[in-house]
Amino acid sequence: MATEIKEGLYYSDEHEWVRVDEDNANIGITDYAQHQLGDIVFVELPDLDSEFDAEESIGVIESVKAVSDMHTPVSGTVTAVNEGLDDVPESLNSNPYEEHIVVIKMSDRSELDKLMNAKEYADFCEKEE
Amino acid sequence: MGLKRTPLFSMHQKYQGKLIDFGGWELPVEYQGIIAEHKMVRSKAGIFDVSHMGEVEVTGERSLEFLNTLLTNDFTDMTEGQIRYSPMCYEHGGVVDDLMVCKLSPIHYFLVINAANTQKDLAWMEKQAFPEGVTITNVSDRYAEIALQGPLSQEILQPLCDADLATIKYYYFLPSVKIAGIDCLLSRTGYTGEDGFEIYMPPEAAATIWETILQEGGDRVALCGLGARDTLRFEAGLPLYGHEMDEDITPLEAGFGRFVKLEKPSFIGKEALSEQKEKGLERKLIEFEILGRGIPRADYEVQKDGVRVGHVTSGGYQPTLEKSLGSCLIKSEFAVPGNEIEIIIRNKPVKGRTGKGLFYRRNKK
Repeated sequence: MATEIKEGLYYSDEHEWVRVDEDNANIGITDYAQHQLGDIVFVELPDLDSEFDAEESIGVIESVKAVSDMHTPVSGTVTAVNEGLDDVPESLNSNPYEEHIVVIKMSDRSELDKLMNAKEYADFCEKEE
Repeated sequence: MGLKRTPLFSMHQKYQGKLIDFGGWELPVEYQGIIAEHKMVRSKAGIFDVSHMGEVEVTGERSLEFLNTLLTNDFTDMTEGQIRYSPMCYEHGGVVDDLMVCKLSPIHYFLVINAANTQKDLAWMEKQAFPEGVTITNVSDRYAEIALQGPLSQEILQPLCDADLATIKYYYFLPSVKIAGIDCLLSRTGYTGEDGFEIYMPPEAAATIWETILQEGGDRVALCGLGARDTLRFEAGLPLYGHEMDEDITPLEAGFGRFVKLEKPSFIGKEALSEQKEKGLERKLIEFEILGRGIPRADYEVQKDGVRVGHVTSGGYQPTLEKSLGSCLIKSEFAVPGNEIEIIIRNKPVKGRTGKGLFYRRNKK
């Protein structure tokens, strides 16, 4: 299966990506993740200003067949959520790297060092197959 | 592990189905995606491998007597070539399985049972008192089964057959039809809420028939997995064993009283079910829609004014109707259409409303 992986992003082993913009982490799910989930029909977003530790569940993604927790790879405070997903959750299937799910203001940038780069993530996905 | 594989396993590999462990069977959950497959079956046609289903033959002079005792429905007035659905109950009224009975002749019936229940069903049947000369045989390994479902099913299948498909009415079958030159049992049945056929064939011929249908169907037929099979059946309001009915849910509670013939002289479960009917049902199955945000799923708790009144038996997003629906088994006093209930989704109550006629119904010609 050909899975799309973008250069310049950080990746977690839970198949989330992080796009860093100063202290803000834009977080979404990878092409591999959306393919595993299948047709996404519902996204439960976290409340604004809520605080999370890295790897904590911040919301839920439901596909036709399954309910999955969505995690944050970094600690911090939610400063924005992608409300468009309320009405068009399937855009996570069609544009996984264009549609972020949340923006988190990071409290510890060093956590990014624990994440994978594109090359490492590609190897990781291959092993998951 | 040792997952079982159907005779069509090579086809699932060839067409890159996403394979999963489905009750011990390695089967595709989807090919291109559940929603796309679901919509193809509603608008055109879809092909499913359902070879995991179990098949049992009942033979002997007194087969009818045996079936009428074993099952809750009445098979007395069936004609040859007819099919009848029935629950099979325990003495206490709970359900062993639900199945289809095809009448080949007065001394020969063909039963189609749920894959996961095959061993349990056979053990249960064998435990019963047999009238003289009645034999039951597990013939599951002798058949592969393909379902072709959707409004274009007949148009796709007709050129491949030596029989006139228009003569097969819903819930009837032909015991011997040549499809791509191979002898098959062909029924006009299905589990999708659409017109369609189920084809029973020798395992070694399954791949040939699969490929022939795909070739004939072209872009009118989609490869479908078990994911779409489940969304299609639920959107059409069809029950699934283990959800709407099981050992602890009687057919009366599930709303399938029309398949329970209490006026028959005797059958397994008759006393318990008669008593349940007389006393009145404590709980009932009813459909509901979600008014708030969220998707109801099997086993979620159902409350009324903060008090538990039952649980969701099946639920989900309905691709054709484009909304979330569920079925729930709740206390009878609340199981009337138009009642507001709460579905507990991840510890939060989400508003729902019971209803009637919420499920998909195809426009019959």
